[in-house]
Amino acid sequence: MITFQQVSKRWGDNEVLKSLDFEVLPGEKVSIIGPSGSGKTTILRILMTLESPNEGLVTVNGKTLWDVKAGTRPKEAKEMRAARRDVGMVFQQFNLFPHMSALENVMEAPVKVLKMDKEQARARAVDLLEMVGLAKHLEHRPPKLSGGQQQRVAIARALAMRPKVMLFDEPTSALDPELIGEVLGVIRELGHSTDMTMLMVTHEMRFAEEISDRVATFDHGRVIERGAPHEIFNNPKEERTRKFLKAVLEH
Amino acid sequence: MIWDQSFALSIIPQLLEGLQVTVQITLLGFAIAVVLGLVVAVIRRLEIPVLSRVLGGYVQFVRGTPLLVQAYTAFFVLPAYGLRFSAVVTGVIVMGVNYSAYCAEVYRAGIQDVPRGQWEAATALSLPAHSTWARVILPQAIRSVVPVLGNYLVQMFKDSAVLSAITVFELLNAAQSIGSSNFRYLEPLTLAGLLFFLVSFPASHFFRTLERRLAPTH
Ligand SMILES: Nc1ncnc2c1ncn2[C@@H]1O[C@H](COP(=O)(O)OP(=O)(O)OP(=O)(O)O)[C@@H](O)[C@H]1O
Ligand SMILES: [Mg+2]
Repeated sequence: MITFQQVSKRWGDNEVLKSLDFEVLPGEKVSIIGPSGSGKTTILRILMTLESPNEGLVTVNGKTLWDVKAGTRPKEAKEMRAARRDVGMVFQQFNLFPHMSALENVMEAPVKVLKMDKEQARARAVDLLEMVGLAKHLEHRPPKLSGGQQQRVAIARALAMRPKVMLFDEPTSALDPELIGEVLGVIRELGHSTDMTMLMVTHEMRFAEEISDRVATFDHGRVIERGAPHEIFNNPKEERTRKFLKAVLEH
Repeated sequence: MIWDQSFALSIIPQLLEGLQVTVQITLLGFAIAVVLGLVVAVIRRLEIPVLSRVLGGYVQFVRGTPLLVQAYTAFFVLPAYGLRFSAVVTGVIVMGVNYSAYCAEVYRAGIQDVPRGQWEAATALSLPAHSTWARVILPQAIRSVVPVLGNYLVQMFKDSAVLSAITVFELLNAAQSIGSSNFRYLEPLTLAGLLFFLVSFPASHFFRTLERRLAPTH
């Protein structure tokens, strides 16, 4: 469903991704873990077309998202836009539209992009917001909602575009501890009830272990180790994975 | 010179007519300024080669020359090139163009203040560029600059007195002509100033209150 082939990304001298090869199969739930600055967010942002690689090929659902030869400029192509439609993203900082109600946030893209008629879009938005437990907050604007509620609206908003791939970039790291559970609950439910491909960056190790089919550890823009969650967490082969897990679990 | 109360009362109707012209010019000029300024600000931000730079130059040029010079040029020079408008229409256009440059800068700041995450969310939802602008960015950018635009409206109302120089029969011009035909300037000019104040003071108070109420929600 997702492939990275020989993808490189640099900012100045800082080589964030180094000829990365990475793959996620259809329907797979994959967690990316790794130390700060290892390039986890960059991978998701390239998939969401918020950053462009300096080099390499990225495909989503069989469509070319990026195809950049060394030394050429990446450009926005028609196929990229088609590929992007298959991807939805949930941001660390929610990024809801603050001037729109929860309902309007969720309806906006289906109406404007999928050209769904308003009534149909509204009905679906109501269903999605009910699914994430916000039936009582349809008309509330984001500033009136708690962080956990905002993030759940953001999940509903991304789902409204019926993505084949959902990206989560530390979806709970901006939340107060007591609100983390409600958001993880929604993501967990999503993982169990859909065959959507999910790629998430998280520092919630227990959650990653429970929800993932596969876990990949990253360091310095490379995959250090990948495998089933119980292997990675209980029996890591790589020294660097062990070190990272030790550091996180001691926290 | 002593204040002549009955003279003062007798000229109020004429002054109110002048005030009416002032208000009309201000509102029409402001309408041009907010629309034109928005178009300029958006095009500049789109970074269209040549065009965006030309509009950047437009903003600098308009802001860098006095309103009075612009008014004289429009009134005396443009007709020589076949662009002939009445004094009032010329006045409205000059005010609108002049303030459009200031409005463009205000919008630009407003657009810049919209957090990057808003653009990114729009991209993540595949919103087309026009929806991103119309539905996501501009509503937030404009909301945050409404009070500043309001202050410009008040400033424009006062600046419109400049147009008396190009024979627009607005409030100041009305006061001057009453003065010159009666050889008494005290009452008409005082009352004209008072009328300017009676409109502009409550208006700016209103926009200050609005500013507090519209404080950003991010
Ligand atoms: N826009 C940018 N300009 C310059 N450098 C950047 C930019 N975005 C990211 N970087 C750099 O790229 C590296 C990887 O960043 P990235 O955000 O992908 O890390 P991460 O693994 O998500 O880390 P964290 O766990 O802290 O979120 C970091 O060194 C960061 O400073
Ligand atoms: Mg990150």
